[in-house]
Amino acid sequence: MKINKSALVMSLYILFLMLPIYWLINMSLKTNQEILSTFSLWPNDLTFDNYLVIFTDASWYGGYLNSITYVVMNTIISVTVALPAAYAFSRYRFMGDKHLFFWLLTNRMAPPAVFALPFFQLYSSVGLFDTHIAVALAHTLFNVPLAVWILEGFMRGVPKEIDETAYIDGYGFFTFFRKIFMPLIASGIGVAAFFCFMFSWVELLLSRTLTSVDAKSIAATMTRTVSASGLDWGVLAAAGVLTIIPGALVIYFVRNHIAKGFALGRV
Amino acid sequence: MSLRLENVTFNVDGEPQIYQTDLTLESASMNVLLGATRSGKTTLMRLMAGLDRPSTGRIFWNGEDVTGLRVQDRDIAMVYQQFINYPSLSVYENIASPLRILKKKKNEIDEAVRQTAKMMKLSDFLDKKPLDLSGGQQQRCALARALVKGAKLVLLDEPLANLDYKLREEMREEIPKIFSASGAIFVYATTEPEEALLLGGNTAILHEGRITQFDKTPTVYHHPNNIITARTFSDPPMNFLRLQKQGNKITFGDGTVISGQGPLSSLENGTYTAGFRPNHLELNPQNKSGIKFSAKLNITEITGSETFLHMEHDGEPWVGLIHGVHDLPLDQPISVYLDPTHIYTFGQDGNLVLAAHYTEGRE
Repeated sequence: MKINKSALVMSLYILFLMLPIYWLINMSLKTNQEILSTFSLWPNDLTFDNYLVIFTDASWYGGYLNSITYVVMNTIISVTVALPAAYAFSRYRFMGDKHLFFWLLTNRMAPPAVFALPFFQLYSSVGLFDTHIAVALAHTLFNVPLAVWILEGFMRGVPKEIDETAYIDGYGFFTFFRKIFMPLIASGIGVAAFFCFMFSWVELLLSRTLTSVDAKSIAATMTRTVSASGLDWGVLAAAGVLTIIPGALVIYFVRNHIAKGFALGRV
Repeated sequence: MSLRLENVTFNVDGEPQIYQTDLTLESASMNVLLGATRSGKTTLMRLMAGLDRPSTGRIFWNGEDVTGLRVQDRDIAMVYQQFINYPSLSVYENIASPLRILKKKKNEIDEAVRQTAKMMKLSDFLDKKPLDLSGGQQQRCALARALVKGAKLVLLDEPLANLDYKLREEMREEIPKIFSASGAIFVYATTEPEEALLLGGNTAILHEGRITQFDKTPTVYHHPNNIITARTFSDPPMNFLRLQKQGNKITFGDGTVISGQGPLSSLENGTYTAGFRPNHLELNPQNKSGIKFSAKLNITEITGSETFLHMEHDGEPWVGLIHGVHDLPLDQPISVYLDPTHIYTFGQDGNLVLAAHYTEGRE
């Protein structure tokens, strides 16, 4: 029998790639007792109790709501702030523009942990501690530079003559930007929003440091779930599955533009 | 209605792009800016449009100083060499957009859009997006958008340069019609002398940021005031050779001697540069007065009904444009003939001394 080698390699690749995710789903559908006692490739005793716990317990689903709140806030703020900045970088020449543009990215060179302490102290003293906006603002430090870079790449791809034609036609700047320009870089905005969303969604350290109860994120909730009877394996796995879903959904919607986004719009 | 540029200059980073320029464009006139690439055509247009502000000098519209006035507040339209449309809007909305900004009534807009689209042969594509159209249609869409609002100053920056040959021919016929219907000042930039001649009106020759001559197109063609203008306004470029006049004797660069008769006899004694257009070279003399030159033939290019001969004469590259298809041996000396009435004579400073005196034949 002839073996299709590339198909074999591909299958193995997908198998290894999907294995941890399969195991997570597998675990989330088992009871704690089954997880700890036996090795089973699929749930012998299928249960949805773990998911039920998450959807009924406020400390669990509250984590999701908190996370989504600050992630959405952050995405909106980052993209809104980055749009005019990227436009300026792509269209105008001013003193130090190239340096400023490059050094914007240096914000991303430091690990978030570096900023945990100053943010904690700052937000505590101005009364922003344990609020959604605190996390959202902290994440903009990393997301705005990235969004500026991505959007600038997309904007550079739009010929300057389109701007000028619009002005000649009589468009004011804001009408032009909203009606003509934004639709042209729509995929860029989508990709920038995606990167902001993903960073903010998976970032753990800052969100845990800057929140305690009211704005506690799902990532923080998951790392703190140790009950009297030890770890609640099944519920944690279920929470893990639910945490993957929003990211997977967002990726699905921007899948056609993602390559361009990774190249920061420069393809 | 007139557009007047007064002592206008334009520098970028201290580098002059446009040297001091004075230019007046009269109402309802077709004005061609002719020059090689990077000669400043686009820059000059951008100054006229108000997209760039002149470094010094003033620009007047109907006698009113408009230097520094926002583009939005000027009554202009512009078409670029690249096909610039709003990709996210349909062709209909593209054409309608300047009118929507002017807050025209809906039925007025509709009427104007449909009429302009019909003129530009776009009626069947109104619902499509510009990028789904062919290059020619895209450029017609851009032209339609420029024309629909009836601007009094229409700037066309090499609008046909990116179109294929056939479409270009078609549009070249359309543009003068559109122009005469609009009553606006048209400014048309091109690198091709042929286009300037087809469009008529006035021609300004641009060379390295300077207007070397601005006059009625035939005048510029027949009486180029210097070598640069003559070279620019000839395609293929003019051929040159040295000419020496001594008494009744005229000696050309390679030693060909003729007796000074006809118009050339009025020259003062001295050294000049003689120039003539490639299409005036002939393989067989038309009349007795034809001067015989020998040249080395390097390449022949046959373009259907015409043959280009690339030659070398006394160290100068010459081009001959001959009717018909000629198969000539390469790398061989050949004899070509030139009627002395076709010779332009330029002084050593490059300025025209004596224009050619021809009245018949292709010009």
